Amino acid sequence: MLEIRGLRHDYAGRTVLSVPSWDVAKGDASLVLGPSGSGKTTLLNAIAGLATPTAGSIRVAGREVTGLAPAARDAFRARHVGLVLQTLHLIGVVSVRENLRLAQRLAGSPVDDARIDEVLASLGIAGLGGARAGNISVGEAQRVAIARAVVNRPSLILADEPTSALDDANCAKALALLLDQAAACGATLLVATHDNRIRGRFERRLEL
Amino acid sequence: MRILHLAFAYLASRPLLTALNVAMLALGVATISFLLVVTHQAEERLTRDAKSVDLVVGAKGSPLQLILSTVFHADVPTGNIGLEESRPIAANPMVASATPVALGDSFHGHRIVGTDESFLALYDARIAQGRMFAAEMEAIVGADVARREGLAVGAKLTGAHGLAASGPAHGDHPYQVVGVLAPTGTVADRLVITSVESVWHVHEEHAPARPEITALLLRYRTPLAAAMLPRAINATTAMQAASPAYESARLLDLVGVGVETLQWFAIVLMASAALSLFVALNSALQERRYDLALLRTLGARPAALAALTLAEGVTLLLAGAILGFALGHGAAHALGWWLAEAASWPVTGLAWAPGEAVLAAAVLAIGALTCLVPAWQAYFSDPASLLARR
Repeated sequence: MLEIRGLRHDYAGRTVLSVPSWDVAKGDASLVLGPSGSGKTTLLNAIAGLATPTAGSIRVAGREVTGLAPAARDAFRARHVGLVLQTLHLIGVVSVRENLRLAQRLAGSPVDDARIDEVLASLGIAGLGGARAGNISVGEAQRVAIARAVVNRPSLILADEPTSALDDANCAKALALLLDQAAACGATLLVATHDNRIRGRFERRLEL
Repeated sequence: MRILHLAFAYLASRPLLTALNVAMLALGVATISFLLVVTHQAEERLTRDAKSVDLVVGAKGSPLQLILSTVFHADVPTGNIGLEESRPIAANPMVASATPVALGDSFHGHRIVGTDESFLALYDARIAQGRMFAAEMEAIVGADVARREGLAVGAKLTGAHGLAASGPAHGDHPYQVVGVLAPTGTVADRLVITSVESVWHVHEEHAPARPEITALLLRYRTPLAAAMLPRAINATTAMQAASPAYESARLLDLVGVGVETLQWFAIVLMASAALSLFVALNSALQERRYDLALLRTLGARPAALAALTLAEGVTLLLAGAILGFALGHGAAHALGWWLAEAASWPVTGLAWAPGEAVLAAAVLAIGALTCLVPAWQAYFSDPASLLARR
C-alpha cells in the first residue's frame, strides 16, 4: 500500500527527514514515532502530497505521489487520503454535517447524507449533524475530525498527533475510534505521534 | 456545501463587520450616485430650457438674474425695459424672432408670463385642449400646472404678486383658462401664459406712462449675431443682453464647485470603504488561514481558495454597490418628490445618469484590486507549513 524509498527532505540547508526505506501493507495500522521536530508531520505531508520532498520516492496504492502534478496530487489526496490533524481543525462557521459534505464535494463525490449519518452514528455522535462545528466540545470535535477523515472511505488515513492533547481516558477512546474506523473502511492507518501512551497499540512502528 | 455557500457562511458569521463594510461602501456609492443623478438632470433641464433662446435683452443688472428670471423663471427680474426701446432690437435683421415677456405675478408658485404666440414656438409647445388666448385676461396653462392645480379649460385663476404663492393677490382680475398645453419637458410646463396686455391690465394702476415689458427673448438668424448683437446692445443702449447658454454654464460652474467638493468627499468615503474592505478581507484571511490550509488538505485547489476569498469580497462589494445605487436613486427620488411639492424642477430617481456607468466600473475596479491581494495570498498559502506551525 505504501512504499517509501530514499526519502529525504531538507529545510534551510539541513536534512529534517530521512527515511531510507519503509513499506506498509494494505489495512495495516502503523505508528510513526519521534520527538518534536523529528520530521513526523513532514513525512505525513509528503505522503499526502502537501509537501514535496527533496529526494526519494513515495508510492501510495501503486501511484508515485511525488511525481504527480499539483492538481493531480490534490485530487489524489481528496479521493484516497483521510487526514486527522493534531488541532482537529473543523470549519467552525458551518454545521458538522456541512463539514462532512464539504469533504465529500472536495473529493469529487456527490453529497451522500446516508454515508454521513452512518459515520456519525458509528462514532456515537448521530445527533450532532446539525450542530455548528464551532460550538461543539473538544471530545466531539475529535470524533467529527475522524468522521471527516473516513467519510470518503479513503485507502489511507494519516493522523498527526491525534491523542497528544487528550487525557488518558480520552486518548484511549480516540485511538480506539480511529482504529475501528480504519478497519471498517479497510484503510491503512498511519499515526504520527510522540505520545508514548499509544505505542503499545501498534505492532508496526517507524522511529524517526 | 459549495465554495460560494462557504463564503456566505463566513460573512454571516460576523454580521456586524459585514454590515459595516456594506454600509460604508453603500454610503460612498449613494453619495456619488445621488450627485450624478441630480446634477445630470439639472444640467439637462437647464440646457433644454435655455437652448431655444439665444439672447435675452432686459434691464441692466445681474445677467445671471436676468436669465434665471426670464428663461428659467426661478428668480425676480432685474427690472423692466421700454417696449418702444426694444422694438429696434426686435427689428434687427440678425434677429429671427423676438418674443416679449412681461413678468410680475404668479399663481400658486407658477409664474404668469405675459407674451405672444411666438413664446410657444420657443419650446415646441402645442395646445392639447382648448385654444390660444385671444382676448385680455385669457390664459393657457402648462401641462404640470394643469395637472397639479386641477385646471381645465373654463377654470379661473387669480395671480399673486411676485413668485411666492403667498404674495398679495390680484383678486379683482381673474384669468380665464382657455387652453392647456401638451407636456413639453421644458419650463413651459410650469407656466401660466397670457398676453402682455393682460399683465399690463392687471397692473394698470401701477403702470408707467409708457408701456414696459420685462425682457425680449431673441433667436438669431445668423451665427454672426452672437458676436455682434450682445456687444452692440450692451454698449449702445440702456438695456443689457445676456446669453442663456453662457449664464447657465456659469451657473453650473458655480454650483459645480459645491458638487465637486461633495464628489471628492464621496470619493474619500469610497476609498475609506475600499480600505476597510481590504482590512476586513485581510484580517478574515489571517483568522481563517488554518481553514484554508484544511481545505487544501481536503483536496481544494489553490484557485478554489482564491475564489473563496474573492467571493467574500465580491459579495460585500456587490451588496454595497447595489445598496448604494438604491440609496442614491431613492434620495434623488425623495428630492424630486420634495421639489415637486415646492413646484420646482422635477427630479426623478428612476433615471440613470451617464456617469453612473463609470461609477459602477470604478467601484468594481477598486473592489477587484481590494480583493485581489487577499485572494493572491490565499492562492499561494502553503498548507503544509501552516499546519506544521500550529
